[in-house]
Amino acid sequence: MVTNDNTINTANAEDIMTTLFTSDHEWLQIDGDVATIGITDYAQTQLGDVVFVELPKVGRTLKKAEAAAVVESVKAASDVYAPIAGEVLEVNDAVAADPALVNSDPGKAAWFFKLRIANKSDLDGLMDEAAYKAHTA
Amino acid sequence: MQAAERHPSSAADNALKRVPLHDLHVARGGKIVPFAGYEMPVQYAAGVLKEHLHTRASAGLFDVSHMGQIALTAKSGKVEDAVRALERLVPQDILAVAPGRQRYAQFTNDAGGILDDLMVANFGDHLFLVVNAACKTEDETHLRQHLSDVCIIEPLPDRALIALQGPKAVEVLAKHAPTVAAMKFMDAGPHTVQISGQAIDCFVSRSGYTGEDGFEISVPAKDIKRFATALLADPAVLPIGLGARDSLRLEAGLCLYGHDIDTTTTPVEGALEWSVQKSRRIGGARAGGFPGADIILKQFETGASRRRVGLRAEGRAPVREHAALYASETSSEKIGTVTSGGFGPTLNAPVAMGYLPTSLSTEGTLVFADVRGQRLPLRVSTMPFVPNGYKR
Repeated sequence: MVTNDNTINTANAEDIMTTLFTSDHEWLQIDGDVATIGITDYAQTQLGDVVFVELPKVGRTLKKAEAAAVVESVKAASDVYAPIAGEVLEVNDAVAADPALVNSDPGKAAWFFKLRIANKSDLDGLMDEAAYKAHTA
Repeated sequence: MQAAERHPSSAADNALKRVPLHDLHVARGGKIVPFAGYEMPVQYAAGVLKEHLHTRASAGLFDVSHMGQIALTAKSGKVEDAVRALERLVPQDILAVAPGRQRYAQFTNDAGGILDDLMVANFGDHLFLVVNAACKTEDETHLRQHLSDVCIIEPLPDRALIALQGPKAVEVLAKHAPTVAAMKFMDAGPHTVQISGQAIDCFVSRSGYTGEDGFEISVPAKDIKRFATALLADPAVLPIGLGARDSLRLEAGLCLYGHDIDTTTTPVEGALEWSVQKSRRIGGARAGGFPGADIILKQFETGASRRRVGLRAEGRAPVREHAALYASETSSEKIGTVTSGGFGPTLNAPVAMGYLPTSLSTEGTLVFADVRGQRLPLRVSTMPFVPNGYKR
């Protein structure tokens, strides 16, 4: 199903400049050397009702493109890949406890994990909001 | 984010067929996927979770027009001759299916495996069969090959098939066809349905594949859009896609052909002994006489080495089809496989079924599934997982 809803639903307006997107429908909010990562509204629409989220362990070092988390709907499981390399600093226990948050507030309350950015150059290939909107249009 | 599991499709996507209600599915926001050679709606705008819960609480309309409908008529004109002929291919007692009744059956092969599972209804002057979409061409060939001496085998491609399922299905359908209200579970026969003053000749059975009360209705393809539109105009009814059909049948403990049963599983291994009546077993009036009878009937006496079981996860993570099963958290010896699994919205918990050694198939047995390299605990559970609502 191609959704017509391209709402990106990220956090506050001042964060927009520091929010980046992957072609796999993850968002990254960059704050210094820390990236907060979640999945986009487009992604949650595609998935449907999320019933289970598995998050990485704090302290784990993720390689770029490594499977980092799992998000499951009634009908299928999908991997969430680390969009950049880094160490997992924190995970969002609230989203594991209440997976429906991914559907209700994908861009903010339902963040998945925070990474310490290993290589700033990993961010180079990512999309800004305008490019992501075009990608999902 | 990428889907780790995909719909079992791809093979012959280039020649996908469309059902008569295709445009209605699209108009209702249906997400169309390839399924058994057809373009079918996997879900609508409401989504799988809401569609599932709505069916259990109210009424859901399913399009199952991709399934095969076949009329089996004896050349002699006597339905009993068609009945006896069909008994050569299935381990069920078809002679005991009275006119106006329906029974669940399987086509077996010489190894005792299952070629397809089906519904057989006695319409008085002929038998009416409903078979799986993915098997229907082979089923027709199988019937022609073995029964053409006695029967006329007539596929009915000009008929659509819909299922109206859920506790409110009867009140919704009875508004258009008052005669259906008196039907009991597995009653089946012709009924006239009135849609805006016009009569439509349908075949109706009080059955389905969700564990709920409800009906399967065979409708002339030319009338199906009007019929479906009228049912969907009822506030009790939502259209339901294949996604919720799968989660509903899984919670009801019902087998999906090609997953939970196939040519490598016998009816005994598949825990379908209840569907093989005593008359066809050793010592019965018409014992054997179907493909694989020696193997299947021996398993009735001695048991099979493995068995289909229900599985409930201890945690929240769904355990899905193909997950390997182990006797302990550390054992390296695979003892079985999950054949269907997912999240049960009514239970609000993961549910699965799979095969285990018969010695480990008793209720409460703890086994472990490998899910992404972790061993997740599961307990063997009785099925159905959700009590059924059949109107007996």
